[in-house]
Amino acid sequence: MQLRYEIQEGDFVNAGKASSAVKGILKQLDVPAILIKRVVVALYEAEVNVVAHACRGEILVQIDSDMIHIVVQDSGPGIENIDRAMEEGFSTASKEVREMGFGAGMGLPNIKRNTDRMDISSQPGVGTRLELTNRLIV
Amino acid sequence: MRVCDVVELLSAKVLTPGLDSNREVAFAFSSDLMSDVLTRDYENTILITGLSNIQAIRTAEMSDIGQVVIGRNKMVSQEMIDLAEGNDIFLLQSEYSLFRISGLLYKEGIKPLF
Repeated sequence: MQLRYEIQEGDFVNAGKASSAVKGILKQLDVPAILIKRVVVALYEAEVNVVAHACRGEILVQIDSDMIHIVVQDSGPGIENIDRAMEEGFSTASKEVREMGFGAGMGLPNIKRNTDRMDISSQPGVGTRLELTNRLIV
Repeated sequence: MRVCDVVELLSAKVLTPGLDSNREVAFAFSSDLMSDVLTRDYENTILITGLSNIQAIRTAEMSDIGQVVIGRNKMVSQEMIDLAEGNDIFLLQSEYSLFRISGLLYKEGIKPLF
């Protein structure tokens, strides 16, 4: 099963809609709740990151019988130093993002914690691509 | 304790009256930082927050948190209520501060997560 969602900069009202849709599908597929939670927490943080930092982005989801593979890519400012961005507490978020309850420098570490595999590539001025892979069976 | 007892204890307004108020609450977590909320696993937990926006409800949805109380009578939008209802999240609004809400629940035996 393949799914695609679009994300717009600053659209905090809709941030989380893709995660919500994926959660619904995984529930229908009878994936264990503990594994669903890992997927949707990672995806939700990734969605918020795009809304917070990028111009626009897209989410591509591939669901197989035992795995889920998610690509979140955006045409945003990119990340200058990925190692620093992975440090808990490091953030470049705006005041508006912080007022939404995010922007404390926990997003990428949260995503990594909740995925079996996370690959990130980024080019300043071009954008960022995040690939997430999780098992769907215990 | 049951959610209906929490409602009484906090003199709270129920914003999702169609949902079951007999469900059990055993734990509470208090935070305005949603990334922090997203780091934990929850069961029979109520989220106490002063962050009254759609992301507080989304965070509860992703975290499998079934109860949310908004403190200090912060304004709650219809969108938040609709999203909470759609995800079976019991949404409360209390005029009490987060500190007072936390203290009252703690005194009644609601446990912290860690």
